[in-house]
Amino acid sequence: MKLTLNVNGATRALEVEDRTSLLDALRDALGLKGTHAGCEHGVCGTCTVLLNGEPVRSCLMLAAQAEGHAVTTIEGVAPAPGELSIVQDSFVETHGMQCGYCTPGMVLTAQALLRDNPAPTREEIVEAISGNLCRCTGYGQIVEAIQLAAERMQRSNTP
Amino acid sequence: MKPAPFEYIRADSVLQALEWLAADPEARLIAGGQTLMPMLAMRLVRPSRVIDIAGIPGLDALEIGAEHVTLGAMLRQVAVERSAALAAALPLLAKAIRFVGHPPTRRRGTIGGSVANADPAAEIALVAVTLGAEVLLAGADALPARDFFLAPMTTALPPGAMVTGLRFPRASAARRGTGFAEVAMRQGDYAMAAAACELLADADGRCVSLRLGIGGATPVPVLLDVATSDRAAVAAALAPLEMLHDPNAGAGYRRRAALALAMQALDEAKAEAGL
Repeated sequence: MKLTLNVNGATRALEVEDRTSLLDALRDALGLKGTHAGCEHGVCGTCTVLLNGEPVRSCLMLAAQAEGHAVTTIEGVAPAPGELSIVQDSFVETHGMQCGYCTPGMVLTAQALLRDNPAPTREEIVEAISGNLCRCTGYGQIVEAIQLAAERMQRSNTP
Repeated sequence: MKPAPFEYIRADSVLQALEWLAADPEARLIAGGQTLMPMLAMRLVRPSRVIDIAGIPGLDALEIGAEHVTLGAMLRQVAVERSAALAAALPLLAKAIRFVGHPPTRRRGTIGGSVANADPAAEIALVAVTLGAEVLLAGADALPARDFFLAPMTTALPPGAMVTGLRFPRASAARRGTGFAEVAMRQGDYAMAAAACELLADADGRCVSLRLGIGGATPVPVLLDVATSDRAAVAAALAPLEMLHDPNAGAGYRRRAALALAMQALDEAKAEAGL
């Protein structure tokens, strides 16, 4: 079927099978490999993208269901080519990753959390990323990364 | 894991969805897809057509009336979580909704999908049975939630009909307390046992209504037949119930957990009602 998707602010036309998930459409039809395929049945959260700004699992949606909605992938969070968003930079700073497989999903989830809640408690951070599995870090540095990003975002645009 | 091929179509109205269901017994509805998509990916279901009901106008309604609260089948779980008016009208549902999956699945998952899927661990189904809600259907008459759930993943939904929403009666009392408790391997995982309680009392603190429901432990959510809130009465009400069992949680464990959680939910409700 022919679809028109809004991905990272651009309108993209693509042709996929009816059964194609949003995850596979992003990776295979649009070449956006930053969205990682993990369990492909909704358990691990590594395929998380933002749908109208809200984290969702792209493996639990058909590509067709995303028509008419704004999709943001990890490729869409940096302010400019070669730069990092505050959240991405904070993950680098605290080493909030090891193998990096869960990182795109974690970053997007954190991005949405901090937009809605600029000063989350540790519990709120843990609740927000509870649907994203990380098998390397034990989550400690990921929580630190999100706390650091929150501090930096609160201070940004202030002298 | 990729689904077997199927045709995807969008219904514009409930009538159209019913026509398409009637025309093809192998067709399935998709609402939020948070359970259907994994089942498709694992090829546990292989429908010929997947009918998307997300675009049907009004199917995501949230109506808080004087007598009833009506939630449309397409109402996203996140909308329940974020509505202060709904939390005031149905505080038990507001407590339970935070146990439903994880934040990202609640953004897609729906009220109707959870009801139609009838997973024994589903918190929304437990609250519906506990509060005496009705399951609204198109193509058939509404059914009380306690008659709708027949067995794990099995409902009384007639062929060709669809779930269009849930209708909760609104409780009125001088004092109300609610409690919800659950045990799962991890927060957001399938409940091995869960308990939901709503207690109504008059201005003098006399209990006028006690509703105590168990889910997760039993094949379908059950409203316990209890007249008093003491532990022995709750244990006696649980005694005749069939318990589920799996390698993580045996029937004996679930029965003990159900009792402990029921008492926890009861205590929370009592404390809230000031009893």
